[in-house]
Amino acid sequence: MAINYIYPDYEIARNQDRCINCRVCERQCSNGAHEYIEDLNKMVSYDEKCVNCHRCVALCPTRALKIVKSGHTFKENANWPGKIINEIYKQAESGGVLLSSMGNPESFPVYFDKMLINASQVTNPSIDPLREPMETKVFLGPKPQKIERDEKGRIKKVLPPFLTLSMPVMFSAMSYGSISYNAHESLARAAEEVGIYYNTGEGGLHEDFYKYGKNTIVQVASGRFGVHPDYLAAAAAIEIKMGQGAKPGIGGHLPGTKVGPDVSRTRMIPEGSDAISPAPHHDIYSIEDLRQLVYSLKEATNYQKPVIVKIAAVHNVAAIASGIARSGADIIAIDGFRGGTGAAPTRIRDNVGIPIELALACVDKRLRDEGIRDNVSIVVGGGIRSSADVVKAIALGADCVYVATAALMALGCHLCRSCHTGKCNWGIATQVPELAKRLNPNIGYKRLVNLMNAWKHEIEEMMGGMGINSIETLKGNRLMLRGVGLNEKELEILGIKHAGE
Amino acid sequence: MREGTFRNLSGCAISGIFSKSGKRFSGQKIIDSIAVMHERSNGLGGGFAGYGIYPEYKDYYAFHVFYDDSAAKKDCEDFLDSHFDIINLSKIPTRKIPEITDEPLIWRYFVSPLPTKLADSQLDEREFVVRCVIRINTVIDGAYVFSSGKNMGVFKAVGFPEDVGRFYRLDEYEGYCFTAHGRYPTNTPGWWGGAHPFSLLDYSVVHNGEISSYDANRRAMEMYGYKCTLLTDTEVITYIIDYLHRTKGLTFKEISHVLAAPFWTTIESKPREEREELEFLRHTFASQLLTGPFSIIVGFEGGMMALNDRLKLRSMVAGEKDDMVYVASEEAAIRIIQEDLDRVWSPKGGEAVIVTLKEGQI
Amino acid sequence: MRRVYVNEEWCLGCHLCEYYCAFANLNGRDLARTLKNVRINPRIKIEERNGISFAVSCRHCDEPLCRKGCITGAISISDGVITIDRDRCIGCYTCILSCPYGAVSPSDEGPVQKCELCTKNIYGTPQCVTGCPNAAIVYEERW
Repeated sequence: MAINYIYPDYEIARNQDRCINCRVCERQCSNGAHEYIEDLNKMVSYDEKCVNCHRCVALCPTRALKIVKSGHTFKENANWPGKIINEIYKQAESGGVLLSSMGNPESFPVYFDKMLINASQVTNPSIDPLREPMETKVFLGPKPQKIERDEKGRIKKVLPPFLTLSMPVMFSAMSYGSISYNAHESLARAAEEVGIYYNTGEGGLHEDFYKYGKNTIVQVASGRFGVHPDYLAAAAAIEIKMGQGAKPGIGGHLPGTKVGPDVSRTRMIPEGSDAISPAPHHDIYSIEDLRQLVYSLKEATNYQKPVIVKIAAVHNVAAIASGIARSGADIIAIDGFRGGTGAAPTRIRDNVGIPIELALACVDKRLRDEGIRDNVSIVVGGGIRSSADVVKAIALGADCVYVATAALMALGCHLCRSCHTGKCNWGIATQVPELAKRLNPNIGYKRLVNLMNAWKHEIEEMMGGMGINSIETLKGNRLMLRGVGLNEKELEILGIKHAGE
Repeated sequence: MREGTFRNLSGCAISGIFSKSGKRFSGQKIIDSIAVMHERSNGLGGGFAGYGIYPEYKDYYAFHVFYDDSAAKKDCEDFLDSHFDIINLSKIPTRKIPEITDEPLIWRYFVSPLPTKLADSQLDEREFVVRCVIRINTVIDGAYVFSSGKNMGVFKAVGFPEDVGRFYRLDEYEGYCFTAHGRYPTNTPGWWGGAHPFSLLDYSVVHNGEISSYDANRRAMEMYGYKCTLLTDTEVITYIIDYLHRTKGLTFKEISHVLAAPFWTTIESKPREEREELEFLRHTFASQLLTGPFSIIVGFEGGMMALNDRLKLRSMVAGEKDDMVYVASEEAAIRIIQEDLDRVWSPKGGEAVIVTLKEGQI
Repeated sequence: MRRVYVNEEWCLGCHLCEYYCAFANLNGRDLARTLKNVRINPRIKIEERNGISFAVSCRHCDEPLCRKGCITGAISISDGVITIDRDRCIGCYTCILSCPYGAVSPSDEGPVQKCELCTKNIYGTPQCVTGCPNAAIVYEERW
């Protein structure tokens, strides 16, 4: 190309006074953004290759590097921001669909940030979690509908299959293939240690990780990759993936370059072949078909395991969830439009779906209105960033949340949103062995455990402040929330009052 | 402002007296007891529940109703006429005293469901009555049924409880069980319906506390068809008890393990059989767990249950003398009516005191 | 005793250990100031070929060949750490020849140098371990 239309968004700023030419930046950049020039005895940078992942910044021993926003700008135009102009240039050049990774970065409202949590004052004592028991244990699954007694009048303690969690957070689906072996190992080991669950995603379960089965949710998606009887048997629960918040209505595509020997064996597809998940399940064209798959999976596992149905938060999510709740599903997972992805068409990611807060509020309300809320648990993901978001989601009516982006950040992810290139410098979203080894699971799992423990402490503090010492009484306790800066309609949908009311 | 338009938090005094042999005693005793705890109320609500007080009408539901005006009374009586046989109706006898003012119209009806209506509804009799009560309270403007059990009645008003007792001439009633409530709300309600006890059928609840689980409990109960119109803890607790006892068939001991469930660490330390039962109850009735401070006295046909929250964040003392059992927020409220007690104790958080009539009594 | 071990599986070949080693043994306070325009001569070195890399430094053998070979008695073991008496060392390099791991090397000043677990610099604990970004170099007890 003789003409380069695009000037880099970010520049690598090197403090030459501090640079000692150790070349760690050069060795660590899979994009080739740094180079040592022998003649000059100097490091130079190539801004156009930089994805702003901060690997070099984090490893530079002298803090000689930082990444800054380039000052370059187009003539200001409220209708044509630079991002859109650049996208036009890219498409004019490539003729292709724009690809992006991770969650929707656009400036849509974040409702979690417009809700505030209550605390006790005077009439009701707050509870100190350091001095009193504070319970965050959660069960996921349907509640028994009938109380039956034996001939001696004792209650028959028969419970439908359920999951037990030490805290209401799980690691959501990320497939082996989209993320590395080491990332999966970190998630599995952390889930085991914390007493929660991680999710295999649609890429099957690596044979090494069967031992973490009791903390594993296995996914059955439209591509059916890696699904076989042992896979189902190994898991604590099975998730049918109908949709994903980052790309509702479309399937997945793992490029053949990521399908090495291990991924190939785990997914049960030929090495080097593209793994393409169809947009719909081709055996599910309606709700009654979903019921058949739910019961097929239950049959296959002897009715021993709860079945989760995961959907993207779309416009009529409440009606869809209501249908799912009547179709044998034990748990409904709803993924909001902020949810992450290893690769999605940019236009889909940034323009399809609805916020998880609103989806959760309306699904919880609909299921209660129809008297079927006890039939299912609700798990929400796609936009949970902190323990405060967890507390707010539970108060809105969720049983539990799914986190993935936050978990990846604990593993080193800097949200450079370049997963689709397969060259993740942090060893997470890559199958290149030299890159994947950068994530040492011995370190990674501990960081995940730390994150979960930290959140648990914070959740306990917030619960104690509200005078709540058991998380089940926070569930759906919407009086514990107040809105700020929300209009009547938003408050109505969220089912909360405005601050001051 | 009325209860139901806002959430009214309150601190309170409670007291309960129960005769295990079913010996009936005068309502004056419970007035004497609750009067000792005058300081725990602020004159914004007081009330009583008496059991065994209508032996001559014991087979009929006794509806106590507040009316704002005679139009509401007419609407309500039309409804009652079309759904029930009204065996007897009268104004509830009261005594004019300066401490109690702004009284609504207060009427009492002894009723029995119309057999045809009941058969048409395909409901069991008690469910039919519950639905009718909820219907009146939510649909008929200005009418409020505040007592609907058999051989029992609730008497409540805005005022100090001892004045409310005198107003309702409680000394003229005799029963085997009385409970009482003195209210200390943080807001100023002007409506008698908001006072305690709250009751449905023969279940009545007096409550001192403020549950932090309120909205979780309310939303769960509304899913089962209850309408929490008053937005008070007592209302939702009564509905939970009705649901667990009448609909789900739990015993009061089991109900206490739902309302004030033991901590998981405690449950894990129990022998297998007990552990499994506690786990089952906590798991199944997670939405009926109450957190935050409370002490409640639940009256029901033939029994009484007193229960503290799991951390015992509110005071509650129990005492025993012969066949009499006493429970109150303060020991003084027991001593004033029975100086010489066989046993006095402070029940632990979550440990229910449940007393029932001896076999064959009443 | 605790020794420095290398987990080759996790070595990224980033060479940071070499820089932290050099910096520590120059008793530096600010890495940029200490190492700016300095050609480093670290006591730990990365060996790499065909995509495999790992760090090599003294293993603090129980029966060290370097000590056996030392003609002046400059090499001794104190609390398990093989140390060099720089006043005694005459720079004959016999130790360098006898070490099977290549863990002893000439220093810039004359006497030989080798890893002494940072016991003789201001840091006191092995800085290659602290500085390794992937826990490929660890300081631990192994049996």
